[in-house]
Amino acid sequence: MASMIGSKVERKEDKKFLTGKGRYTADINFANQTYAYFVRSPHARAQIKSVDISKASKSKGVIKILTGEDLANDKIGGLIAGWKIVSQDGKDMKVPPHPPLAKDSVNYVGDHVAVVIAETLEQAKDAADLVNVNYKILKAVVNTSDAMKSEAIYEGIDQNLCFDFGLGDKGKAEEAFSKAEKVVSIDLVNNRLIPNAMEPRASIGDYNPSSEELTLYTTNQNPHLTRLVLSAFNGIAPEHKFRVVAPDVGGGFGSKIYPYAEDAVVAWAAKKIEKPVKWVAERTESFLSDCHGRDHITHAQLALQKDGKITGLKVETIANIGAYASLFATVTPTYLYAPLVLGLYNIPVAFCNVKAVFTNTAPVDAYRGAGRPEATYMIERLIEKAAKELGMDRAEFRVKNFINKFPHQQCLVHNIDSGDYSAHLNKALELSDYKNFEKRKSESASKGKLRGIGFSTYIEACGIAPSAVVMSIGAGVGLWESAEIRFNATGNVSVFTGAHSHGQGHDTTFAQIVSDKLGVALENIELIHGDTDKGPFGMGTYGSRSLAVGGTAIVKACDKIIDKGKKVAAKMLEAKPEEIDFKSGEFVVKNSNKKKTIGEIAFACYLPGQYGEIKSPLPEGVEPGLKETAFYDPINFSFPAGTHICEVEVDPNTGETKVVTYTAVDDFGTVINPMIVEGQVHGGVVQGIGQALYENAHYDKSGQLTTASYMDYAMPRADNFPEFKIAYTSTPATSNPLGVKGCGEAGAIAAPPAVINAVVDAINTEISMPATSEKVWDALQNKKSNREAA
Amino acid sequence: MKNFSYHTAKNIKEATKLASSKTAYLAGGMTTLPAIKLRMAAYSDLIDIKKIKDLTGIKVSGKTLKIGATTKHADVASSKEVKKSIASLSSLADGIGDPQVRNRGTIGGSIANNDPSADYPAACLALNANIHTSSRKIESSKFFKGMFETALKSGELIQSVEFQIPEKSCYVKFPNPASRYAIVGVYVAKFKSEVNVAVTGAKSYVFRCEEIEKILSKNFSESSLNSLNLKTSGLNADIHASADYRAHLILTLAKKAVASCK
Repeated sequence: MASMIGSKVERKEDKKFLTGKGRYTADINFANQTYAYFVRSPHARAQIKSVDISKASKSKGVIKILTGEDLANDKIGGLIAGWKIVSQDGKDMKVPPHPPLAKDSVNYVGDHVAVVIAETLEQAKDAADLVNVNYKILKAVVNTSDAMKSEAIYEGIDQNLCFDFGLGDKGKAEEAFSKAEKVVSIDLVNNRLIPNAMEPRASIGDYNPSSEELTLYTTNQNPHLTRLVLSAFNGIAPEHKFRVVAPDVGGGFGSKIYPYAEDAVVAWAAKKIEKPVKWVAERTESFLSDCHGRDHITHAQLALQKDGKITGLKVETIANIGAYASLFATVTPTYLYAPLVLGLYNIPVAFCNVKAVFTNTAPVDAYRGAGRPEATYMIERLIEKAAKELGMDRAEFRVKNFINKFPHQQCLVHNIDSGDYSAHLNKALELSDYKNFEKRKSESASKGKLRGIGFSTYIEACGIAPSAVVMSIGAGVGLWESAEIRFNATGNVSVFTGAHSHGQGHDTTFAQIVSDKLGVALENIELIHGDTDKGPFGMGTYGSRSLAVGGTAIVKACDKIIDKGKKVAAKMLEAKPEEIDFKSGEFVVKNSNKKKTIGEIAFACYLPGQYGEIKSPLPEGVEPGLKETAFYDPINFSFPAGTHICEVEVDPNTGETKVVTYTAVDDFGTVINPMIVEGQVHGGVVQGIGQALYENAHYDKSGQLTTASYMDYAMPRADNFPEFKIAYTSTPATSNPLGVKGCGEAGAIAAPPAVINAVVDAINTEISMPATSEKVWDALQNKKSNREAA
Repeated sequence: MKNFSYHTAKNIKEATKLASSKTAYLAGGMTTLPAIKLRMAAYSDLIDIKKIKDLTGIKVSGKTLKIGATTKHADVASSKEVKKSIASLSSLADGIGDPQVRNRGTIGGSIANNDPSADYPAACLALNANIHTSSRKIESSKFFKGMFETALKSGELIQSVEFQIPEKSCYVKFPNPASRYAIVGVYVAKFKSEVNVAVTGAKSYVFRCEEIEKILSKNFSESSLNSLNLKTSGLNADIHASADYRAHLILTLAKKAVASCK
């Protein structure tokens, strides 16, 4: 059998998705099902004086209305921040309580106040209109930049400051700057985004009063961790009586890694009323209450020698984490951001300070790239600015500062195992025809257009998260992964993974790995995930971790299967286990034609009776069955890197900016399925260009989200893009047996600085994201009036 | 969504007889249905008029082009008669929403709704359209009354829109990247004795820009507008565009429309 690794296998899962046969949470229905509708805060910040449900309770079809008080009475715990961050002064971060239904105060528009459960959704909505909440409206804290100067939202959290985190050697960094021959500074805003997964969130609670088992069906990237959190911290149900199922999920981008208030409430309510309770978010609810992404303000400085060698970096960031600290909210702007500010450059000293602030806006959590896009945007904008100020070619300046020996211990955290940054830069320069850019620029000029080119040479740390590495910088725990390979007696294979596929194509990629390792045909391999009752505990899918961590667990479980198979084959073939080779699905005695297929071995393991002369195929001490489990805690992060080059054309009459060419050359190490990887690159890049040119979550001064629908929140669309030029270079990761590095977030990380660097190059003045037509036009007008004034 | 009764009217008489202040006519349903679903609107009855044959079709006679109220955008966009008589109207229809919207949405629905950013109202004003209803003929200059407001009375049904065929015309839209509705849309139509310039997206409802019309009537050229500065008073300002930017776009798009007029 030819190797499956590197093969463009068509996605096994596409048939069901493309023919409308996917089974999403909203597609699941039960007899006696009831419908939940949430009463949400219309105010950004208010005290709850009272919640009067008397009129609503009498409304037609109402079964139950539950409030924050009921929740407190039942001792249901609050939603948690998963990682504790310690501030520079040694004090622990401060977080406010986050009850799934608010009791005393509401802290963002969309915050949950009560849930109405009725026989139909329309009845629940009718009754929700009758729930009378008496609010005392308070002045909202909305802006990231003003948060620390504003009135404290929570008692005991001065300056609305969650933590003041520092990474690096501040003294050494200051010294580098005092000796610097040149200092380049930049001020940046990393705009707030709304994830907009195609499938809105949904949850169904289903309680079985006979077995006392509770099942939660939910749109989630991480069902085991969701069960653990809801069980251990919210006290919804004990883990052994609690099943969490994440069926087909239509996209997550990070926004579905963790349990939400609705999950806790629906599960709790189902148990309380002993009837299935179903909630499906409307799109407006997604805009208001899905965790948002990004939202940083950063001031960064680069210390340089005159010859262009970088000697130091200082970064100060304010990260808006919204009204509450969501599960991954504290790790995103710290462990996933600060170590990455160095990019792929050899920077000898650095210091990064991150202040996380609370505001009366939706919680901010991980969103495709989580921290790494923010870091990359900062360093790649700064690098490009420095090259221009030094009068150096941007490619040459990068090469001068690239890390070029591996492994490389960076001055902050990461030990980068492998890479060849000049290789992908050179390939991208060639593919983008960089040398003829000036010619294209004058062609654009002849049409009255301004053309610009921008670079982004990025690195990311994926395969989160090796316990040893993250614990060395203060994290309480890392994130491993599990896999189970279960041969069935007839020779086909069920593969259980703790990762979760919600668009990534695991059914195909993971099956390719198993097929390659065990020599079983793809159609005889089934991947099973997303159900805590089926596979072993796992950590879910995010942080480009599934292949590097989950894939490795699969490889390890396959190796155990092969080891056991060799023992059994040896007995059946009357040889010693060390004399058995395993190749392409066959156990062969060395230097002979004696062999058994893995299917025959599986059958023999499950039905270990008489086999010819052999009484039992199982050697002494070998148990029947062929099923192996492996847990894998990675030894290091993996470090995908690449070069993206963007060209834009700006119409100076309207400010309209179009991406005219886009080149992406990525080093993802080993690529298992190039077709799926290409899809991931496309998706990431369009999300990145979306952030750079179109998307922006905007709150007005009172804290109302003014971009709460597709009428106002601009999603990128296919006709916004040219055809992308995509290529790969490869330096396999040394930290996992597959040599894979991860690809899911690369585009969203690389694209924003590539696009904005191109726009800045075109208009020759600074611009912030999203570079909307009006903003670009404004910048050009200001430049013109400044010139006229001078 | 509140419950309602649904009727399919066979003819105009039956439709108007069912109508009252609590009912709504249903053609493409591109605005009415989402409004009902979002609980922004509630009606006792929806009267579906899509099956009424008299309300659909495209016909050129002499100097006018008449389009039935329930004619879909896609049909206007692909019509040879429209392309031949008023090509700019064909491309306007081709630029509304997306393929799904163009295959459901109707011209009558668009103008009856009078969305401040809709395209067809600009066509009506620029092309001196007459709106034929179940009870009368309304000149378009008297039809559009305010944001989402028209001269239509309760139960009055649009039957057709009759456009005057200009010498040349062009519609240029600068779409909102989110909704793809016009941030500003400018329709320039040159007739023998006058030039009409209708603007959508820039104020609370569609209007004719007399400052530009005056200049173009004397000298129909792009460069004639070079020294004009439009006032920003009354122009919309929102998160998508300031009044200054909109004023600039009106002028820029008007120039582009004049340059591309056919």
